[in-house]
Amino acid sequence: MQFGIFTVGDLTTDPTTGHTPSEHDRIKAMLTIAQKVEEVGLDVFAAGEHHNPPFVPSSPTTMLGYIAAKTERIILSTATTLITTSDPVKIAEDFAMLQHVADGRVDLTLGRGNTGPVYPWFGQDIRQGIPLALENYALLRRLWREDFVDWEGQFRTPLQGFQSTPRPLDGVAPFVWHGSIRSPEIAEQAAYYGDGFFSNHIFWPASHTAKMVKYYRNRFEHYGHGTAAQAIVGLGGQVFMSKNSQDAKRKFRPYFDNAPVYGNGPSMEDFTEQTPLTVGSPQEVIDRTLGFRDYVGDYQRQLWLMDHAGLPLKTVLEQLDILGEEVVPVLRKEFAKNRPADVPEGPTHEALVIAAGAATTADATASAVRDDLDTAAAIAPHRRATGAAFGLAGATKTGA
Amino acid sequence: MTERTLAVVSAGLSQPSSTRLLADKLATATVARLADEGVTTKVVTYELRDYAQDIMNNMLTGFANPRLEEMIEAVTSADGLIAVTPIFTTSYSGLFKTFFDVIDNRSLTDQPVLIGATAGTPRHSLALDYALRPMFTYLHAVVVPTSVFAASEDWGTGDGGRVDSRVQTLPARIERAAGELSALVVRSDRSARIRDPFELPADFNPAGLFPPR
Repeated sequence: MQFGIFTVGDLTTDPTTGHTPSEHDRIKAMLTIAQKVEEVGLDVFAAGEHHNPPFVPSSPTTMLGYIAAKTERIILSTATTLITTSDPVKIAEDFAMLQHVADGRVDLTLGRGNTGPVYPWFGQDIRQGIPLALENYALLRRLWREDFVDWEGQFRTPLQGFQSTPRPLDGVAPFVWHGSIRSPEIAEQAAYYGDGFFSNHIFWPASHTAKMVKYYRNRFEHYGHGTAAQAIVGLGGQVFMSKNSQDAKRKFRPYFDNAPVYGNGPSMEDFTEQTPLTVGSPQEVIDRTLGFRDYVGDYQRQLWLMDHAGLPLKTVLEQLDILGEEVVPVLRKEFAKNRPADVPEGPTHEALVIAAGAATTADATASAVRDDLDTAAAIAPHRRATGAAFGLAGATKTGA
Repeated sequence: MTERTLAVVSAGLSQPSSTRLLADKLATATVARLADEGVTTKVVTYELRDYAQDIMNNMLTGFANPRLEEMIEAVTSADGLIAVTPIFTTSYSGLFKTFFDVIDNRSLTDQPVLIGATAGTPRHSLALDYALRPMFTYLHAVVVPTSVFAASEDWGTGDGGRVDSRVQTLPARIERAAGELSALVVRSDRSARIRDPFELPADFNPAGLFPPR
């Protein structure tokens, strides 16, 4: 199980002081936060992509490239990469480059984006959001998996004999999560390819997330990537902690009440009850987070939103200290309990390389396994012997 | 015996309100017409005022809390809908519009709808046809031809024994509208449908539609 944080990179006035950081300060703060993620023992830092103020991160791989140089262990990811309005050729190149720079510590979460004007700004039509996500990703996959690509689609210039460069590190594409709050089409897409499904989770009721994840899991099994329980699930979360619950509520309330997303709407208490937001003691956060498993099953990645709504850097770093010292160690231990042995760990480059090697061996003995469709299923065996990967690849074939 | 459900949504503000009164009269008349056809009708009535905070929170957060979600489910899965609003400043009330803004814009497709409105003066009566009817048309609901407007003065008119059929009084308009709605509700299988929120379009292909692989 992987733990980390995701940031949207909003530039918001601190409602308790009236201070608004400069873009430069905010960007530097995000870089500091990412390094802190490694320091406190978390596993993943994910940055959003936006093309309009008050959000600063328009160029995620530039930012992640810097963080790659400053860290040694954490996985660098996105939340999300806009598959609709970015050219899939550029995404293929940017993230393959980042893979090499970061020695494989890279994956990405694809999203459609929720800002209407971004589509026309990048020459696209928002009504084509789903078709763009499907077609662009179909091309992205091929660019990473085939050395030379002939391509013709509905949305971009055709390609003849195109080779995207650099080639993915060790010949293995970065792991891909598909993020969606409410579109079954995207859950279906993730299941079809055996990719991960990331449910943002934080702005909607748990019952909704439960249904989306269940749908994805069932379809993952349907497409023959493994059992529903073996599908690769990531969840968002949102917490604010103090030693005791009352202090946490008192400190966070002004940020909640003024936050761009839910400010002036429901009370913090109502929102806490209706969504996964937890404002309280570390123990309350532990209990709530462990409860996620009750409705999505054993999952692979938990990311929290930490630096938003104008919270100052100092506070965010304190929150990360609490997460790293008091919360995540307990969660690691508790989530490991009763976790079935065949439920995959969170995806890593090393696991994908091992799985790709096993799939090649399988290819040599059996007729073509659909290697374009088994990335996620192949992660499962990493925790056990490579031989298991062989078995799972076989299962993939019979199920497909 | 055949069963149907009828949802009634009233955006009246006062207690009691003439908007609710009109909504109830429309519902009672519709239920009676359905009974004539051998149909038992389950009526669920909602005052939007009772959900005002929930509706605005949904507008601001993007999701319905469990209480509102249950109500939206009941309204959108009914075989027919009676929707009545007071006319404020020449149009439906903000609360009425906000409710129809927060529900999924596909959820009323094909639903038989009877629209009604109340106001202090008959000079607002066209609001039904320039505001409510286009909104429901946009939502692909099937709005019955007769909509019922009740100005304050209508509550003091009788049907005159229907001696002079050239003047359609409020009771007569209610009867005609109820007849139109009940005819559609009888044929509806909406409340019996199993709705799959994860249903994908028939031509959906997770790898994209073009080029065919």
